Amino acid sequence: MSTAVQSQDPHPAVEPSYLVSKRGLMSWLVTVDHKRLGLMYLASVMFFFLIAGILAIVLRTELFTPDQDFMSAQTYNQVFTLHGAIMVFLFIIPSVPAALGNFLLPLMLGAKDVAFPRLNLLSFYVYSVAAVFLIVAILTSGLDTGWTFYTPYSTSTGTAVITATAGVFIAGFSSILTGLNFVVTVHKMRAPGMNWNRMPLFVWAIYSTAVIQVLATPVLAITLLLLIVERSLGIGIFDPAMGGDPVLFQHFFWFYSHPAVYIMILPGFGIISEIITVHSRKHIFGYKAIALSSVAIAVISFVVWGHHLFVSGQSELAGVLFSFLTFAVGVPTAIKVFSWVATLYGGSIQYNTACWYGMAFLWTFTVGGLTGLPLSTLAIDVHLHDTYFVVAHFHYVMVGGTVVAFIGGLHHWWPKMTGRMFNETAGKWGCLLVFVGFNVTFMTQFFLGHQGMPRRYYAYLPEYQVMHQVSTIGSYILALGLLWTLIYLLHSLWKGDKAPSNPWGAVTLEWQTQSPPIEHNFHETPHIHGSPYDFPEIDKSAGALHH
Amino acid sequence: MLFSLLIAPAAAEAALPPSNPGTPPMSDSPWSLLPAASANAEALDTLYIFFWILCGVAFVGMIGVQAYFMWKYKKPAHGHAKTSPLTHNGKLEFIWSAIPTVFFVILFIWGEVEYMKQVTPPPDAMDVRVTGQKWSWTIEYPEVKGCSLTNDLYVPVGQPMRLTMTSVDVIHSFYLPAFRLKKDVVPGRYTVLWFEATKAGLYPLMCTEYCGDEHSSMVGRVHVVPQEEYQAVLAKACELKQGDAETAEDFGARVVTRGGCASCHTTDGTVKTGPSFKGLFGKTETLADGSTITVDENYIRESILEPNAKIVSGFSPQMPSFAGRFDDKQIAALIAYIKAQK
Repeated sequence: MSTAVQSQDPHPAVEPSYLVSKRGLMSWLVTVDHKRLGLMYLASVMFFFLIAGILAIVLRTELFTPDQDFMSAQTYNQVFTLHGAIMVFLFIIPSVPAALGNFLLPLMLGAKDVAFPRLNLLSFYVYSVAAVFLIVAILTSGLDTGWTFYTPYSTSTGTAVITATAGVFIAGFSSILTGLNFVVTVHKMRAPGMNWNRMPLFVWAIYSTAVIQVLATPVLAITLLLLIVERSLGIGIFDPAMGGDPVLFQHFFWFYSHPAVYIMILPGFGIISEIITVHSRKHIFGYKAIALSSVAIAVISFVVWGHHLFVSGQSELAGVLFSFLTFAVGVPTAIKVFSWVATLYGGSIQYNTACWYGMAFLWTFTVGGLTGLPLSTLAIDVHLHDTYFVVAHFHYVMVGGTVVAFIGGLHHWWPKMTGRMFNETAGKWGCLLVFVGFNVTFMTQFFLGHQGMPRRYYAYLPEYQVMHQVSTIGSYILALGLLWTLIYLLHSLWKGDKAPSNPWGAVTLEWQTQSPPIEHNFHETPHIHGSPYDFPEIDKSAGALHH
Repeated sequence: MLFSLLIAPAAAEAALPPSNPGTPPMSDSPWSLLPAASANAEALDTLYIFFWILCGVAFVGMIGVQAYFMWKYKKPAHGHAKTSPLTHNGKLEFIWSAIPTVFFVILFIWGEVEYMKQVTPPPDAMDVRVTGQKWSWTIEYPEVKGCSLTNDLYVPVGQPMRLTMTSVDVIHSFYLPAFRLKKDVVPGRYTVLWFEATKAGLYPLMCTEYCGDEHSSMVGRVHVVPQEEYQAVLAKACELKQGDAETAEDFGARVVTRGGCASCHTTDGTVKTGPSFKGLFGKTETLADGSTITVDENYIRESILEPNAKIVSGFSPQMPSFAGRFDDKQIAALIAYIKAQK
């Protein structure tokens, strides 16, 4: 097998990069270049990550003592709602797919752009309009329903539910359009020679994600529309006082929002597959198992929503079936984690910042995955449901999984995106602070949860105080790590060394063009002859053993 | 513990939400499980410990292998080592798919069996009605005429209890950590929760479905008492009459507890969803329409029976009416109690 790629850039830097090929504000505002849109998404999601992160610190500070401290109950309830809603709908769902996915997908496929570049620009503006709606909701009368909008609370509270749900409804369309664009791009835009077995695993992950986005998001849109109709026209759908069924809302909501959990985590899996292979100079272990387990997770994710309703009063039979199906998701997830660890075997591991994040991910995501097991176990979930155990579990998956992978990916592709190298020592300190801070914050919350501490309390029984204080201190360390990371990354834009086209020696196509890439990505269409993980260090003479 | 030194014990005591006087300590150590006060709790703890051992072994095993590989296959100082061409291994992949599957099936079946016990009340269970509202629990005993308690559930040791629950406003969730049980309390339908307490004591009861401003204050107590004392304890708890040696103010304090008033009204001046009782009597307040009113006996009485008639500016109409729940003597005592909060 020859090396994967034949289109080593023969004329380095003869053309200006996508960053400077066109100049002026308008050239950004109406750009259809997937790379510029990726950067615009990146700036937007980072802005909302910062806002929602500050809200999280405010919450943790209020929880430092059991009593009400500096926030009223109403303020606390609005702050935790906004923390959740902004993190989920404006940060984490678009984070990897819309920011890194947009930037990388066409490059990894050897294409000039996504299939529908103008639609891509439209998605960005639809997302921006959604953000405006949510901000207006916050600035007018706030929102105090929790990010889940459970009825009949959401149909009876006085806050800006209609404005906020309209924002989420609109954000959904951005998600659908991006998903559609990616599905078509993967099917139609692959470079010659790139069959399905030669796609980088990041592409597989983004592809599985896009399929869920297209299929699940319309259900959320319909659900929120029904909620708006009930609130504004008084038609009884969910409110029992008007003949509706409040639990029906939970079924509708989680029919989207459980698959949405995989919209959030699958792209993270893709990033980890790229990071671990490149930085250990190894072919991925079990390419097919990893690729197909993404698809399996995407399919099963549609039939597990009922595990959010184990104590809602849904039928016992439904509970048993959903419990079984939820365990079924655990199998492909376990396969992925084992395969990543096995990839390290016999490697030559280079410990730079991206690799550190990859190693941290294996720890945090494994904790997140394992603590999903008691929540799938019916009888135990009855105790742990809606306690801090659940809070800790989903933060281990969403932050320990997705965000750690996202930041790792950001470091891995930073030289490609910006053309600059960041300071590796600063990066490792940042990773260490994030890892320690994160574990201190959320490991504690597992213990709080099994001791019975309920979610969404602004004041709590004093027995929980010690663990709440440890958790709050952990959140400060985490915040410090993230701020530090922001600072050295921004610093690198001005002071960083110029990045070579392929600083990590990767084989995937995005590294075979200059850093940052030219507007049309490649000077000539690349041709693919082999695996995206066929590194020159691999000792082919020892190959016969393992087939 | 280090961090508990940051706040003096006396301060922690004072921080106890006033709605929960007497909520017992749940556990002295953050590492131990809650008290297990029902058969269900004991059975679940066994399953839970099995889970922790299983996951502990899996986690240590996996992270151990990862750490070993990370150390063993570190890149040499210069250049790269030749790396293994391994791409897959069908046998290994089958094994590591099959082993988790087996354990998942064990956890699933074990959890399912315990769950079916949790949701199947025995035929001799004693009935209690529970009604959730913002932000208190009303608990009624069909066999005791006119008995309606707020946030206090009395149960005898060794007697299965069946709670039939509904809500009058939004969804709440009835959570008994010491029994490892919870069930959502949904408006427009009944949900059922049953348990058999095994250990006498005082245990917390909490709302675990977010229900608005004072969700955090929807905390009550479960009193588990010996069989032989149960009838007497319940009868005493249900009775709400002024004792011979009791002042109107002290009786008023009991009325406040029975009404669950502390969820929204403090006595230390802190404003929650309703005004604080401290310094309330005699105060001149501005209503939403701009007119003013003096808080006197008549205004308090009206606010108890028709809470939404005159809302003080800055508050929202959230309070339920207590017409039919409190009689004249109880209201008079309540007014005496509020007067005394200077």
